Amino acid sequence: MIAGFAVAIVQVLVVGVGAPLLVGVLRTLKARLVGRRGPSPWQPYADLRKLLAKEVVISPTTSWVFRATPYVLVATMLVTALIVPVAVASPPLAFAGNIILLMYIFMLGTFFLALAGLDAGSAFGGMGSSREVAVAALAEPTIIVAVFALALRAGTIDLGRVVEHFGREPWLAANPAHLLAFAAFFIVMLAETGRLPVDNPATHLELTMIHEAMVLEYSGRYLALVEWAGAMKLFLFMTLLANLFFPWGLTGPAGSAPVLLALLALAAKLAVLTSVVAVLETMVAKLRLFRVPELLAGSFALACLSLMAVILVR
Amino acid sequence: MDRLAYGLAALAGIGATALGGYGMFGGVWTLRLAWLVPLGGLELTLDPLGGFFLALIGFTLVPASIYAMGSSGGERRDRFAYLVFVLSMCLVPLASNTMTFAITWELMSLASYFLVLHDRESKESIHAGWVYAVMTHAGLACLLAGMLLLGAWTGSPRFEDWRAAAPALSGTARDVAFVLLVLGFAGKAGVIPLHVWLPLAHPAAPSHVSALMSGVMIKMGVYGILRASLDWLGAGPAWWGVAVLLAGAASSVIGVLYALVDHDLKRLLAFHSIENIGIILLGIGSAMLYQQAGLEALALLGLAAALYHTVNHAAFKALLFLGAGAVVHATGTRNMEEMGGLIKRMPWTAVCFLVGSAAIAALPPLNGFVSEWLTFLVLFQNTRLDAPGLSLVFTLGIASLALTSGLAMACFVKAFGITFLALPRSDAAARAHEVPPTMRVAMAALAASCVALGVGPTLVVPALGSIAASVLGVTPPATVGDWLTLRVSGTFASLSTLAIAIALGLALLLPLVALPLVGASRRTRGYETWGCGRIVQTARMEYTATAFANPFKRVFDFFYRPAKRLDIEFHPESRFFVERIEYENPARSIFDDWLYRPALDLLRAGARAARTLQSGSANLYLAYILAALLLMLVLA
Amino acid sequence: MFRQLRTALHAGIVTEPVARGAEIERIGERLAGEIARLFARSLAIRQVDAGSCNGCELEIAGLTGPHYDLERFGVHFVASPRHADCLLVTGPVTRNMAEALRRTWEATPDPKFVIAVGDCGRDGGIFRGSYAVVGGVADVVPVDAVISGCPPSPAALLAGILEAIGRRR
Repeated sequence: MIAGFAVAIVQVLVVGVGAPLLVGVLRTLKARLVGRRGPSPWQPYADLRKLLAKEVVISPTTSWVFRATPYVLVATMLVTALIVPVAVASPPLAFAGNIILLMYIFMLGTFFLALAGLDAGSAFGGMGSSREVAVAALAEPTIIVAVFALALRAGTIDLGRVVEHFGREPWLAANPAHLLAFAAFFIVMLAETGRLPVDNPATHLELTMIHEAMVLEYSGRYLALVEWAGAMKLFLFMTLLANLFFPWGLTGPAGSAPVLLALLALAAKLAVLTSVVAVLETMVAKLRLFRVPELLAGSFALACLSLMAVILVR
Repeated sequence: MDRLAYGLAALAGIGATALGGYGMFGGVWTLRLAWLVPLGGLELTLDPLGGFFLALIGFTLVPASIYAMGSSGGERRDRFAYLVFVLSMCLVPLASNTMTFAITWELMSLASYFLVLHDRESKESIHAGWVYAVMTHAGLACLLAGMLLLGAWTGSPRFEDWRAAAPALSGTARDVAFVLLVLGFAGKAGVIPLHVWLPLAHPAAPSHVSALMSGVMIKMGVYGILRASLDWLGAGPAWWGVAVLLAGAASSVIGVLYALVDHDLKRLLAFHSIENIGIILLGIGSAMLYQQAGLEALALLGLAAALYHTVNHAAFKALLFLGAGAVVHATGTRNMEEMGGLIKRMPWTAVCFLVGSAAIAALPPLNGFVSEWLTFLVLFQNTRLDAPGLSLVFTLGIASLALTSGLAMACFVKAFGITFLALPRSDAAARAHEVPPTMRVAMAALAASCVALGVGPTLVVPALGSIAASVLGVTPPATVGDWLTLRVSGTFASLSTLAIAIALGLALLLPLVALPLVGASRRTRGYETWGCGRIVQTARMEYTATAFANPFKRVFDFFYRPAKRLDIEFHPESRFFVERIEYENPARSIFDDWLYRPALDLLRAGARAARTLQSGSANLYLAYILAALLLMLVLA
Repeated sequence: MFRQLRTALHAGIVTEPVARGAEIERIGERLAGEIARLFARSLAIRQVDAGSCNGCELEIAGLTGPHYDLERFGVHFVASPRHADCLLVTGPVTRNMAEALRRTWEATPDPKFVIAVGDCGRDGGIFRGSYAVVGGVADVVPVDAVISGCPPSPAALLAGILEAIGRRR
């Protein structure tokens, strides 16, 4: 009971405190790859601290939905932090949910953010909402089919048990079904967290924005909460990718030393993933919005291939 | 005086819920009045499945009737039709022989026809009523054919006897009966491609009637499919389950695709009913396939998931229709493009509609999520069937369910966002007012039930499991977890929406408490929405529903085949200035173009050809009579 | 795709240290002290073109490139004034843009400050006195600092912005 509580605190702290660092490292890497010195990896913390000191300017067109959304976003991310295997294979809330629940909790956040985009009555916000829900809706089949492929191999959709099953499986990284599911999930991660080539997080042109367009009206502490939730979403998706598909360092007996080892392993895996994302973002250009469904259809095809590989091998 | 009728209906609802609950938990009750009607007499029997649907009707009836008490107007004819509709619908799950079923079914359809036609002047209502009448009677023809055939083959019009005698029938006989019965019931349920009456009839009827039609009447179609396939005919060949599953997958995706591009609030909700019926059919189809393979526990789970979604859909669809009715009542229009800003003028309606939208979009921890989660689990375990061909069908079902839920969320962002948020897009919307307390109470009750069904699956699933067990004739499952967690299929999956709800609540409070502690500034200032320095903000600058649906229209244009029309009126003196632009991009229904129109044309051609028989000459008619007489003498 | 990556990696980091540029002219005293302390580590700039000839914009665009790299000081450009701390205003404020500039300033949350860029921003520059021009930026919104030049070089801009937030390097 106490151990569970301690693990919960550790996971929430790692996700909450580590997420801005992840975003900062990604930005610095991207800058270095194009020959700039770039911001310090700790820059997002300074940004958040400054935002907390600013006042909030709210449009009178908005309603309570607009003011509630930052809190809903942060709440969904914090609850997800208690379900995703960050430091242990079966975190405290693992009994309450599984991969399907995770994806739908993320949809809860997207739902409210899309409503907040429409609330201010600006054309930019509406456009961002429309595009964001289109991308989220088209990414759903890929996620669920990839999860299905994983569940077939592990015999369960419970995250903790899936992690333990894969931890025991030899030649995991050479399993074609596994790698195909990873590739499909990776593309979905890019789509859901708003990275290139689906969405450029650093763009200033409203007509090219998807996620940023919905947050144009937020300022001060609300903006800080929304940015923090966005960073946590990226952290959680990458942790899922890292710890679900390559759970090395995660399976082991309970205790503080294994938790430390798991966190170090996670840091290493995240470093690799962040580098891959940084290189990818530097190399590709943003896709035209109406080409994104083609990309998502491609990821769906990968997920189906992974599923076929699993079914045929049985 | 008019409130009395609705009050009676509400009381009938409470009675129905009580009787249904009694039946659900094992009570039995029979009523036989052999003299009342010919060919078998009136026979009513209460069993768990019938009790479940009866309780469902009652549970939806009470808020709808309370809501109707608040809404003004309605002629005496409408109130009478409503009472007949409600009472006959309550009798349908109790009917246990052909004649009783046919009478109650037809009464239900006729009464609802009059209710659909309540605005006798408008062409739209008349057309809606006409299509509804034709489709429901075509369905009735199939139903009667199937039931009479089954009655002839088994020698009795009573359903009990069919249950016993069905295994003895030949395969072809059972197939024919299955096809006829399921076609008839599927038409009532609104399964693709027999759905054409739904988007016409549900918007035309008044909102409390639409709530009942969408919430429970189409469930009578589901009830019929369950009775026909799992109860009377028993486990059939695999293609039955595959057909139902594929019909479910098609309905769910196509329903939501049409809803996405529709801007009539009530028609959008009607299309979503088609989508949810599809999801229910996914569960039923899986249950049929598992039952045929002998996997009892999974069949039980499939049926329980379908029943859970039936209840959930009744709850949130009724809520949404009542909310839409409130909006239409307040603004006088059903067109979303003329609404907006209603959240400030109708706050309670907005909250209830938001709960309904989140529920139908399957967002945790509400009820829509739980039943879709269960359906996913049922579909996921298909490899235990050990048939790769069937696995392909199940994968199709999984992919369509996932796509459907994503698109449903998108559609309800549009529905809630455009209707309630931002600035009003018309004067009518700006003048809207909140609805009377009776209507608000009804909506709040349904919203509370959505939340309760969401956080309480540990109580609901065992009850549904025992009902499913009685239908399939298997032993009820062992415990499914404890009060907090729902455990499915052993260690396959577990879920605790109560824990998630509590965690979300606490996590919502955390920033509220923590922000002042870290010294966040509390200053707030109001200033207009950022418009790039533009001088004024009006409702013309907001996003429209058409624009919101545009990405989907482009991605799925092979399905919508939009017919774009652009009319530009130039200034008379110069083509560089534009006075008016009218843009229309409606989706065309492929079912109308490829199925119904050709079928109707064929029918018309056939009728024209047959007209030559009616020459008008009395001598020719006498010759026909002579020929028929000779033929009958020869054949007899 | 790989060629670009190879070129960038081959060239390495090309960011130059901050050169000693022109001094900024301080008009308001708000910059000293609290505002500078608040934004020393993180500054969001919203650039507003109030009728400029775009010469200043081209110089400002150089700030985000690899040689001047504004981001290494925690300064970045944002799209919405609600996200901004500083308005970087170029151009003599033309009559058509005066109201827009004022609305942008109103939409920016406090605490905020305004830097007027170029000779035009200071007092109208070569367009001073024109019928289409209101005057310098200070005639429309309160200005806290001016970086003059026509146009000011990116080095001068960088030095000016850093001095405004109290950072020397």
